[in-house]
Amino acid sequence: MRDQGLIYGGLAIFLGFITFPVSYNLVAGKTSKGPELKLPVAEKQCVAPVDYMKGSHMKLLMDWRENLVRKNIRTYTAFDGRSYTISLSGTCLGKCHSSKADFCDRCHSYVGIQTPYCMDCHIDPKLIQRSGE
Amino acid sequence: MMISRKRFLQMTGISMLLAAGERRLGALAAAFQTGSPASPGALTARRWAMVIDLPKCFQKEGCTKCSEACHAVHNVPQFNDRAHQVKWIWKDPFENVFASQENEFLTVTLKNKPVLAFCNHCDEPPCVRVCPTQATWKREDGIVMMDWHRCIGCRYCMAACPYGSRSFNWMDPRSHIPKLSPDFPTRTKGVVEKCTFCEERLVKGQLPACVEACPQKAMVCGDLGDRNSKVRELLGSRYSIRRKPELGTKPEVFYLV
Repeated sequence: MRDQGLIYGGLAIFLGFITFPVSYNLVAGKTSKGPELKLPVAEKQCVAPVDYMKGSHMKLLMDWRENLVRKNIRTYTAFDGRSYTISLSGTCLGKCHSSKADFCDRCHSYVGIQTPYCMDCHIDPKLIQRSGE
Repeated sequence: MMISRKRFLQMTGISMLLAAGERRLGALAAAFQTGSPASPGALTARRWAMVIDLPKCFQKEGCTKCSEACHAVHNVPQFNDRAHQVKWIWKDPFENVFASQENEFLTVTLKNKPVLAFCNHCDEPPCVRVCPTQATWKREDGIVMMDWHRCIGCRYCMAACPYGSRSFNWMDPRSHIPKLSPDFPTRTKGVVEKCTFCEERLVKGQLPACVEACPQKAMVCGDLGDRNSKVRELLGSRYSIRRKPELGTKPEVFYLV
């Protein structure tokens, strides 16, 4: 038991080291709160439940894309029976999420996801408004 | 109750047959369902085709209304450099558009006249045969569609198309679009594009942009599958030619001469 001090000291240093990110944020006053997203004002309900959209919006968008381009299906019937025109620029951004920067980008950059290239082709309606001004 | 071996085998056989039959029936039922539920008010056809009345088109010299309308609606970029040019519908001299009709003594009504050219929406599209990702395919109504999401930019289709109807985006086209149209996506660098017969307008009950814009009403689109359609009437009453029909691509754009 002669190495007791060394062992416990080492353990304390190790614990301090691996919990550094947590303690650092505590000291700096940062919390693990997610990004603050700007939610649509006019609409209260998305085309799918919020939980599903959080985890699987990319799957829904892929399905929309597949339906519209390849199957010529232009409307989407939501879980609550409402129907929507399938359009990223027209419906998602045009009707509800008017600010891509405050919604899509804010979350994507928070979780460190490389910005998807949807908007390389699909037009942010905001872009037109700005250029038209 | 005891089941004899014979009875057991009989029952197994019958239930297997029933299961197989049900599958077949399901597949048959799916095959009979024709495509997608058409949107209300959409223009539909069994086989879309276009007829161009050349004498009518020639009447208005220097007119580019069709290509202007098309390129504005579809966010087609304008490049001055010919190597980068992207075009969906354009005009070329008759001798170039109908290269196989080579004739030194061509009538003056056709010689050197600018003739409209765009995707022929072939019945046997060679571009579709070569596309390795099925980014381009022929729809049931004959429109040769493109899925720009799936295009990997290999340009096989451009090599296969005998009409030069496809263009490649060598650079990001966005900054070369004079005025962005919000209702249609732009394309991106490394993607091939071409005329899509305005399928996004047909579904809304609108005629293709070029047809609508033509001041001479020289472009007529319609259903080849409908005997009473305007296109069938025109093709039945006047002599028409097609581009390079000898290649077997069965182009569906007809020119009245």
